[in-house]
Amino acid sequence: MNNKFVWILVAFALLVALLAVGLTRDPREIPSPLIGKSAPEFSLPQLGKDATFAPADLRGKVWLLNVWASWCVSCREEHAELVKLASRNLLPIVGLNYKEVRGDAGLDSSKLTPDEEKQLATGRAQQWLAERGDPYTLSVLDLDGRVGIDYGVYGVPETFLIDKAGVIRFKQIGVITPEALEQKLLPLIAELNQ
Amino acid sequence: MNLLRLLTLCLALFAANSANAEEARPLAADPVTEQRLLAITGELRCLVCQNETIAASNADLANDLREQIRGMIQSGKSDDEIIDFLVTRYGDYVLYRPPVKNITLFLWGGPLLFFIAGIFGLRHYLVRRNRQIAAGDALSDADKRLAEALLAGEAPVTPDPSKTPPS
Repeated sequence: MNNKFVWILVAFALLVALLAVGLTRDPREIPSPLIGKSAPEFSLPQLGKDATFAPADLRGKVWLLNVWASWCVSCREEHAELVKLASRNLLPIVGLNYKEVRGDAGLDSSKLTPDEEKQLATGRAQQWLAERGDPYTLSVLDLDGRVGIDYGVYGVPETFLIDKAGVIRFKQIGVITPEALEQKLLPLIAELNQ
Repeated sequence: MNLLRLLTLCLALFAANSANAEEARPLAADPVTEQRLLAITGELRCLVCQNETIAASNADLANDLREQIRGMIQSGKSDDEIIDFLVTRYGDYVLYRPPVKNITLFLWGGPLLFFIAGIFGLRHYLVRRNRQIAAGDALSDADKRLAEALLAGEAPVTPDPSKTPPS
């Protein structure tokens, strides 16, 4: 066969292979630069309590930070998995309730006072947890989403696995699927707990 | 009188319409801040609608980020500090102009590489063609006869049946 023709065919096959691999990847999954770095500090009010929570409070423990909101449709899908995980008592799961009121496109939050907003957020979040079960050791309210920005949150749900030294070791972007839980999260949790 | 009534009606309709319209996005008080905000966010990629800049995007997150950057400009942060702030949180992905790193060397150097390869390819082709012309075998005997016939204004001696134009 013509030598030149074979080369063109090989180049074409390589291009097809490259594009085929590209198609299997999810463009929404942007690797977080925070992995291997200390979890950003914050101090936020706890849901339904007169206390605050800071990541330093859980120093010495391996824990999960799960970003959720009641308006987040995918969170419903994930929630059952989280409740199941919580019932195994493996590690504390902290819920970061992200823009409970402001994230809801159907509501004009600019007309609310800060107190009204917090009250509304608390009510909505608590109702959601009452209906679907509460997997969280505690939840905190990130009303304006500033802590979300510090954690590089760009789509809810997102979940961070934080080790005993307060370093982020893993980030799940999107729903924690049973596969992701079994294959990535659980082995890593076991390893970090050693 | 009629004209006045029409005008009132128009005004009333307009007022009703604008009440329904979306409120304008909040702008910082001074245009200098807004100008810098535009310049910075025009270089940054929105993470939600990935092919838009943060300046252009209407996504909630882009709005929040603009608000945050506006605050940072007002508190006197430099452009580099602001861009660093976003890169530490979202990664190089937010930059429309990725930095030169080991992993992006091919991205930056690729065009030059292809250009050099093209130059070599062109040289190779020209040298070979020149050699063919010098050797006098650029045209086959049949081609030569055909070319001479055409130059002389005659019909081709042996028209190629595979090249008859479609009727």
